[in-house]
Amino acid sequence: MDAAEALLLARTQFGLNIAFHILFPSLTIGLAWFLVYFRLRYERTHDAAWLATYKLWIKVFALSFAMGVVSGIVMSFQFGTNWPGFMNRVGNIAGPLLAYEVLTAFFLEATFLGVMLFGMNRVPGWLHIFSTVMVAVGTSLSAFWILALNSWMQTPVGHVVVDGQLIAGDWIEVIFNPSFPYRFMHMMLASGLTASFAIAGLSAWRLLKAPGDASAMKTLRAGVLVAAVLAPVQIFIGDLHGLNTLQHQPAKIAAIEGIWKTEKGAPLVLFAVPNEQQRRNDYAIEIPKGAALVLKHDADAELRGLDEFEPDRPPVAPLFYGFRLMVGIGMGMLALAWFGAWRLRRGAPPRALLWTFAAFTFSGWIATLAGWIVTEVGRQPWLVTGVLRTADAVGHISGAQLGASLTGYVLTYSLMLLAYFVVLTHMAGKGAVTEVRK
Amino acid sequence: MNLDLAVVFAVLMGVSILAYVVLDGYDLGVGMLMPAATPTEQDLMVASIGPFWDANETWLVLGIGLLLVAFPRAHGVVLGELYLPVAAMLIGLMLRGVAFEFRIKAEGWHAELWNWLFWFGSFLASLAQGFMLGRYITGFEDGVGYWLFALLVGASVCGGYVLLGATWLVLRTEGELQHKARAWARWGLLWVALGVALVSLATPLASETVRDKWFDFPRTLGLMLLPAASLAAGMWLWRSLRPEVADWQPFAGAVAIYVLAFLGLAYSIFPYVVVDRMTIWDAASHDSALRFMFWGAVIVLPFIAGYTVFAYRVFRGKVRGALYK
Repeated sequence: MDAAEALLLARTQFGLNIAFHILFPSLTIGLAWFLVYFRLRYERTHDAAWLATYKLWIKVFALSFAMGVVSGIVMSFQFGTNWPGFMNRVGNIAGPLLAYEVLTAFFLEATFLGVMLFGMNRVPGWLHIFSTVMVAVGTSLSAFWILALNSWMQTPVGHVVVDGQLIAGDWIEVIFNPSFPYRFMHMMLASGLTASFAIAGLSAWRLLKAPGDASAMKTLRAGVLVAAVLAPVQIFIGDLHGLNTLQHQPAKIAAIEGIWKTEKGAPLVLFAVPNEQQRRNDYAIEIPKGAALVLKHDADAELRGLDEFEPDRPPVAPLFYGFRLMVGIGMGMLALAWFGAWRLRRGAPPRALLWTFAAFTFSGWIATLAGWIVTEVGRQPWLVTGVLRTADAVGHISGAQLGASLTGYVLTYSLMLLAYFVVLTHMAGKGAVTEVRK
Repeated sequence: MNLDLAVVFAVLMGVSILAYVVLDGYDLGVGMLMPAATPTEQDLMVASIGPFWDANETWLVLGIGLLLVAFPRAHGVVLGELYLPVAAMLIGLMLRGVAFEFRIKAEGWHAELWNWLFWFGSFLASLAQGFMLGRYITGFEDGVGYWLFALLVGASVCGGYVLLGATWLVLRTEGELQHKARAWARWGLLWVALGVALVSLATPLASETVRDKWFDFPRTLGLMLLPAASLAAGMWLWRSLRPEVADWQPFAGAVAIYVLAFLGLAYSIFPYVVVDRMTIWDAASHDSALRFMFWGAVIVLPFIAGYTVFAYRVFRGKVRGALYK
């Protein structure tokens, strides 16, 4: 097996794992704050429907959280096994950030999760609320550290090189690197939207089966209203994130926009089939000067094309399509959330609207995955921009071992994902069970 | 500051791994005992570990994380050598972890399947962990004898976890299930005794480094306190497996055996992080990284200890119902 194949296998395995993993945190980070809200509503109203709501959604949370935890543990091993060059060269920066994630976030969320799930009758109300808040804080803190590391890999600053190894010069600079605030906000909002649409979608599913379910009506409304607020904010932050990327990783933007050659007044390519061999876009539908206008706010501004970055540039197709998929879903979310919020004010939602929300249940996952593919593939061929190439970080695990473990992981993930969907739709279909007080 | 940070982190890593082995050990042991129990008892057994397993597993992430971040060079060697057993362990842990949720929420044969996978995942993870320990002690030497040795350690670790799981159940359950748990604990203890005896005999044969450390008179005489204490803990544990003895004693005895075995192992290996190949100082990260993590750990670990104690206090006492009931 040659080096290119080993690299491909290592990337496939890691990419599969990280893509599987991100599904669950992207849901639970947002869902954790919804749980805080549900719990507080119950505390204030003592309405049994809110309690039932809370009890249903902590089960969804527990299930999703467990999926995230177990696939996250796999990642903590694969950092080292698949990318030993990464740890050798930048371990002095990546390591402490990961260690802080474990120390400040993982233990916090994992420990209070037990109290949140099973301790409601064992601790006073305020302590149970506190535990629910701690779980939410833990999940968000975890996102903080991992996005600090990822953003540093995209836009590394604050380090010095000593004997071929990078060490941190200034930790504040490392953590709050130029792309971090945007990526962190973008991901937190993505998680909020993922959770909102999952809640709205599963509640709509329940309402299709049992019209008039009080709990599902409450959660549908909560999901739709939060989505209606977050969706426009996300589009605004996403735009800022794009401008930040243009400044720090122009090759990524060139690939996203399909700009092959540096030009003045580049058009905005709405859709096309990028042609890597000929280095042009086939079947392009364009808005003249659109890209220059959007990215530089000046119709005649010059945008750097991919030709300037050869050969160190990312492949175009995954970024080009991934970006359009993400933005398309984002726009769809905005439209649906606003229409839904308006329609819900006027009374019981029609079945067609419920079906649409049910169809959008996992829209957040698709948009989040597409976005991560854009940002991660967009960093290639670098693992750490300008510092370490992905090809130089790969390990020496034999193809047979990689292949065998990859097969095992694929089978396990398939089983888990299948079971997850079955159980989730089953739970949502049954709905929240309101306990009658005796 | 003249603290030897490599030693500090070696100790931290060791403590994390010990914490993992004891804490998730009882989870995995309970998982392996599932087929021996009735469905009602199974629900109680899972309920006894349900609130804790997630935090328990986090110690593995911390331990392996410290290996990765404090001793990156060793991480590459160790996990490269152990690639397949690590993958097997991870698959086991994944199946076990999600089975907690699925076995309750699934229905019909799906629930049966997840019950089975709960057992299988626990067993696979335990066996793989023991196997890895066996490979690690012998410095990853190749040869049929070394592989058999690793399998032997794997089987012993399964027995050890069954002991931990059973004594945990003595502590957390009552009535018929507790009665059964005492019997399981006796079997587990016998299994452990056999395993420890074989491993103690085989390790000096398999590793010259270990042999030299232990058989060096007169130091050997002092060192013999360790096996003597282990024997005493084992006997104390055996005697505590009676209804009239306090329910916490068997678990405490099992933990004592683990701590003693861990000390023996640590003594055998130190200062190597990869036996005969790499010391902790060869493998350590840059001081700047270690110092940054050190202060984080000093500040955060007391909090972790605090809320861990809190969680155990919340769920103290006997379990009387299934999770979510």
